Amino acid sequence: MAGGLRRLSAGLPAGLAAGALALLVLGTLGAVARQAGGFGGLRGSDLGALRFTLMQAGASALISVALAVPLARAIARRRWPGRQAFVTALGAPFLMPVIVAVMALIAVFGRSGALNRGLDALGLPTLSIYGPQGVVLAHVFLNLPFAARMILQGWATIPAERIRLARSLGFGPAEIARHLERPMLRAVLPGAVLAVFLVCLTSFAVAMTLGGGPRATTLELAIYQAFRFDFDPGRAASLGLLQVALCLAALAAAARVARPEPLGAGLEQGRALPAPGGWRRLGDGLAIALATLFLLAPLAAVTARGLAGLADLPPGIWPAAARSLWVAVGSGVLTLVLALPLALGVARGGRGLELAGMLPLVASPLVLGTGLFLLLRPLAAPADLALPVTLAVNAALSVPFALRILIPPARQLRDDYGRLAAALDLRGLARLRLLVLPRLARPLGFAGGVAAAFSMGDLGVIALFAAPDRATLPFYLYGLMGSYRLDAAAAAATLLVALTFALFWAFDQGGRRASA
Amino acid sequence: MKTPLMLAGLLIATSAVADETPVFTVYAPDYFASDWGPGPAIEAGFEKTCGCDLRFVTGDLLPRLMLEGATTEADAVIGLNTDVTARARATGLFAPHGQDTSALTLPIAWSDDIFLPFNWGETAFVYDETRLANPPKSFAELLEAPDDLKIVIQDPRSSISGLALLLWVKAVYGDEAPAAWAKLAPKVLTVTKGWSESYGLFSEGEADMVMSYTTSPAYHIIAEGDTTKHAAIFPEGHYFMTELAARIATSDQPELGQAFMAYIMSDDFQGMIATANWSYPARFTPESLPEGFRTLPRPARTLFYSETEAEALRRPALDEWLAAFGG
Repeated sequence: MAGGLRRLSAGLPAGLAAGALALLVLGTLGAVARQAGGFGGLRGSDLGALRFTLMQAGASALISVALAVPLARAIARRRWPGRQAFVTALGAPFLMPVIVAVMALIAVFGRSGALNRGLDALGLPTLSIYGPQGVVLAHVFLNLPFAARMILQGWATIPAERIRLARSLGFGPAEIARHLERPMLRAVLPGAVLAVFLVCLTSFAVAMTLGGGPRATTLELAIYQAFRFDFDPGRAASLGLLQVALCLAALAAAARVARPEPLGAGLEQGRALPAPGGWRRLGDGLAIALATLFLLAPLAAVTARGLAGLADLPPGIWPAAARSLWVAVGSGVLTLVLALPLALGVARGGRGLELAGMLPLVASPLVLGTGLFLLLRPLAAPADLALPVTLAVNAALSVPFALRILIPPARQLRDDYGRLAAALDLRGLARLRLLVLPRLARPLGFAGGVAAAFSMGDLGVIALFAAPDRATLPFYLYGLMGSYRLDAAAAAATLLVALTFALFWAFDQGGRRASA
Repeated sequence: MKTPLMLAGLLIATSAVADETPVFTVYAPDYFASDWGPGPAIEAGFEKTCGCDLRFVTGDLLPRLMLEGATTEADAVIGLNTDVTARARATGLFAPHGQDTSALTLPIAWSDDIFLPFNWGETAFVYDETRLANPPKSFAELLEAPDDLKIVIQDPRSSISGLALLLWVKAVYGDEAPAAWAKLAPKVLTVTKGWSESYGLFSEGEADMVMSYTTSPAYHIIAEGDTTKHAAIFPEGHYFMTELAARIATSDQPELGQAFMAYIMSDDFQGMIATANWSYPARFTPESLPEGFRTLPRPARTLFYSETEAEALRRPALDEWLAAFGG
């Protein structure tokens, strides 16, 4: 009886978080469907959108993760000056607002970008970024760093005892790969593929700008069309439901493939693997150099483009930046409050919790915004809710990323300390303070940083709630673009990237400090 | 709420709650909100005389109205486009504007008693003479241009200017529109969500021409002193676009609504449209236009579909467009 109560109290925060997320995603879908008088039928073109969506998301996920593995391994087993800064900078593309990322890619890979000018000067044929290849390139650019960080964390969770054992047994790189790395990858990769796949499933702005035309119609664009062009919210709700179904199917598939293979208990993590020499050294160096070039060149290009205009930014941008910052910090904290109990719950074996936690990833921002608008309008003036709704929705949308970051270390924590904690009867807040927070500080900092950065760049759901005096920085940037002020927009993008990155760095460092 | 309460109090001295300035809510597109858009000037101008607090609520104008129906808190709307007014009118939410439309100087006749135009422009492909020395001189020349002439356009499913382009091609080519799109499609570099992304791509040198407006060069002339951007003027004609304002019938402040409609027709309002909105005001004399606008070339023909025609055409025209791209 007492044991049951105890389990209930441990599961309560996780249950509440899962319930809130499921309610948000499914409740808004229901609200839209109710407004429309039911779910509407799909059009033939929606099937084409489904096909393209699956294809681009699948290709983007597989390529991102395939490239992330050698990169993560190179980082895991090499030490060089500035490695830490490199790992932090690696997160930049993922943390960039999509609209800025697209500008950045075009500066390098566009028709008049650096790459094609170089090819042209050498008399070589130029490459086009516009088309399905451009969509996949952009998604890899955005998601490769996140995949690499997730996988890098897998390397960090290999217990130091195992690495010492491998050293003393004289394991070469091949044996280490077979006995330590492959089991770890088997546990980590399906989650990484799943996360990238789901992110790309709801892609909209990237697919549209770089897609090259209506062939590149995603489900999210079909939803947009249903709302905007056809004024058919019923069909939009059906398409939203289809996205949720895809999420469930992808989760089920990932669960079948993943094999949480604990490498056993360990007292210490994050010890460097032996760094093999020879061609492997060359290969690792190449992986790191290419990744730097691919991920940071566009970032440098877009930042440089805006530097000149920074001094001439209109004064209205500063309140917008301040608004964005506090929404982002709030959203980062709220994400952790939701994601930590969920991650601990998943580590205890709660599959349903993981499902609820991943759902927001495929919630169509348009359906979410419209549903919330319908649900909240009777309660308060939408304009007054603009920032709280933005904060809450951004937090909800960040939970899936936070979960992917937190679940593997939470499992590890349970494997390593679960029995000891039970023997000591360590639970509740004491367990949180003495065991969970110190051991998970690093991933918590990273997850909070990702969530805050994500919120910083988001412009998604607030269209129906927007009020002129509550514009966030991305909204402001978009306003500049919409009124011919492209130099100011470029400067705003530079500011946005700088602030986003500073915020991410602060969270990430906070986690490192707390764990050290 | 920037106007002092005192002024408001003076103006509504008869009211029992004289110290409570009535709030007049106007739904508008996003661009109204920005510091350099027409919103702040309109707000200041109208509040000078209305004794009210004008509040813009910006965002997805028509979808929001359709979701809210009769329970809307809007007293008026501004920024609707003719190509969607059939749907707006069908909601029955609007009341007559009560203004004399004979004073309007649109290139087409206007007698609608519900929707009041406040600006207008025409669709056009804009180019930079330093990058495109020999622009096509007609729509026909554009279609026959080599496929390495790259244009960037907006998606009609998400963008009002994208929809205007569909109707433009339909108005020029009629039943031959699918063949015209088949020739145009290989020149389309990409199709963006909205006008901003397209214009950004064009400005970064990605495309030779961008689907925009005949008035776009005025921004570059006036704000940047740059005279290298031009709208290619086609003898086949250019499609007319106008933005409209209307009163909400269920508003409990019809007098303020009337006053707002009258304000839209005033010199004060019309005088600032050109440089706040980079379009022609709905009522102007050549002298009242800023210099940069006076010299803009005007198309010889203006093409326009009534809202009924546009409503009937949009779906089949979209299907033709999608088919041309193999989408």
